Amino acid sequence: MRVITGILASIVLVGAAIAAAEPQSDCDVPEWLIPAQSNLNRVTSAIKDHHRLDVSVIGSRSSALSGPDGARFSYPAQLEQTLRERLPGNDIKVTAHIASGQTTAEMAADLPKVLAEDRPALAIWQAGTVDALRGVEPEDFRVSLDQGLDAIAAGNADALMMNMQYSPRTESMLSVAPFADVMHWVAEQRGVVLFDRLAIMRYWSDEGTFDLYAATTGYAMARHVHECIGRALAAQIIDAAHLDADKMQTTR
Amino acid sequence: MVPAPTSTTPSVAVPKSATPQLSAPQSPTAQSLAAQSSASQPSAVHLGAAERDLRLDLFRGLALWLIFLDHIPENIVSWITIRNYGFSDATEIFIFISGYTAAFVYGRTMGERGFVLASARILRRAWQIYVAHIFLFTIFMAEIAYVAATFENPLYAEEMNILDFLKQPDVTIFQALLLKFKPVNMDVLPLYIVLLLLFPPMLYLLLRAPNLALAGSAVVYALAWKLDFNLPAYPNGVWFFNPFAWQLLFVFGAWCALGGAHRLRHVMQSRAVLVVAIAYLLFAFAITLTWHVESLERFVPTWLADWMYPIDKTNLDVLRFAHFLALAAVTVRFVPRDWPGLRSPILRPAIVCGQHSLEIFCLGVFLAFAGQFIIAETSGGPLLQTAVSVLGIILMVATAYLISWYKTMEGRNPRSRVKPPDADLAGGEA
Repeated sequence: MRVITGILASIVLVGAAIAAAEPQSDCDVPEWLIPAQSNLNRVTSAIKDHHRLDVSVIGSRSSALSGPDGARFSYPAQLEQTLRERLPGNDIKVTAHIASGQTTAEMAADLPKVLAEDRPALAIWQAGTVDALRGVEPEDFRVSLDQGLDAIAAGNADALMMNMQYSPRTESMLSVAPFADVMHWVAEQRGVVLFDRLAIMRYWSDEGTFDLYAATTGYAMARHVHECIGRALAAQIIDAAHLDADKMQTTR
Repeated sequence: MVPAPTSTTPSVAVPKSATPQLSAPQSPTAQSLAAQSSASQPSAVHLGAAERDLRLDLFRGLALWLIFLDHIPENIVSWITIRNYGFSDATEIFIFISGYTAAFVYGRTMGERGFVLASARILRRAWQIYVAHIFLFTIFMAEIAYVAATFENPLYAEEMNILDFLKQPDVTIFQALLLKFKPVNMDVLPLYIVLLLLFPPMLYLLLRAPNLALAGSAVVYALAWKLDFNLPAYPNGVWFFNPFAWQLLFVFGAWCALGGAHRLRHVMQSRAVLVVAIAYLLFAFAITLTWHVESLERFVPTWLADWMYPIDKTNLDVLRFAHFLALAAVTVRFVPRDWPGLRSPILRPAIVCGQHSLEIFCLGVFLAFAGQFIIAETSGGPLLQTAVSVLGIILMVATAYLISWYKTMEGRNPRSRVKPPDADLAGGEA
């Protein structure tokens, strides 16, 4: 009897969690693209013990948006907003460090400084695009990733890597696949969470959510994509840190 | 550098006999077939040595189709290509067969007419490939210039930096002529050019001491891994296909053509080799499955992943080379030289494509560009991708038949008989 009640209760809980987790949006990401393979222990304890979460985003230009109020519409800002919505009662701050045109090696060298300044519980590191643009050797790229991840660990932060954008129009000129493979492999090997932006955006393109081939000078689509990335990223963080909103409320 | 897996060193059995052997064994059927296919090239028959193995044309033709399909990004049809079912892909097949045919054609020239003439022909072939590569580069530039002029999206402000090289056409074009600047998917022909440039002395050695030559090639391969050397690329980095690593496959193909295949036949026919090859192919299949089905990834033990990854295409990872060998062993076993299927009209289109590999390869690269362009312009779905893929292969086949017809017509012209046998000998190309 207790077993059945337990099962029923969990079904209700899971159902509620799913309902709460599902954003009212047109850009949902299927579960298989957000595998909860790792724990973000420092994030978990920052929220559970201190009700506070500091996140640093370190990335190149695809982590930012140009145009009027670009920063406000870029995914780091969207992430902050979504985390605040989904983790109410916590002090949440996302700081973006955009290193335009910097390779992974250059960013890795700057990471200790960023971590010392921000003292974040979570460092989101977006990398790969500039390396693909500049033709960095994938092996050197791997070494730089390792160095950067070491720096993040030394700075007492959880790490989350983000790979490049899916850009179908430049695919015949810019080969990102080898770099995506390296990131996947490094994530696997070190047990670091990887936000697979490439696969997620490709999924949106395949599903017709966004027409990523379209030529436009307007910011509407770019903002919408960043909004969706911010939300998906928040979902993955909450998932990997086991911070499901409903469970949080029950524990408090 | 990446730790090279050690337990699967190139498993090339080196037989004791080192007699230079120009001619592979031949069956009457194969001979008549090759004679038939080379009707336009009387010199091939006249030489009377081993005739062309139609399996080479067949598999090179198939490899050309697969390379075309793989070169269209976002192509649903590319799911059928072998790279999704194992470690190696069509590139390995293409390079191996190219080495095999190069040795077959130029080996005979070198044996009969000397080192200088054979070298001159090899270098002329390299020049032809160079010209073809530059032609493809021009088409690529046209596409890029079009995208640069028409495509804009703030979302891709960063990615569009790739077009910056258009701002320096002097540097870019010069680097392209030096084969240092190579657009995506245009790496195979430069590799082929370098392999041919280095081929004359290698062929000389292969004809005299084939096993020594092969061992030398393996040493260069090992050194390339150990010392991490490769040719430089522009603006950065190195060649996508490291010629010092990939030469092993080319030389191995050449070695097989010059009697190595004959010497290996007992190994290839043994049951143990077959079992090992099939087991390895199944293993590779299981591993590649975990790349496509994320949830299966956890079944790959960490120690295995640590040892195995990354599987390096640039330096022809040993796992890839072994996978190609396994594929070859199984293929040779089940598709004998005199297999009647080689005469069936169903396989004829692939064979004809394989017999004109340079033209069809270039056409394939161009069609991949064009197909991708159509798909991008129309934001086409799976249906259009399928249509583009099928139409592309039909165009490749039609062109191959046209070239065949053209060569036959030229061959009938009495004046052209004076022409020396070329790489196109026996209906195929080096």
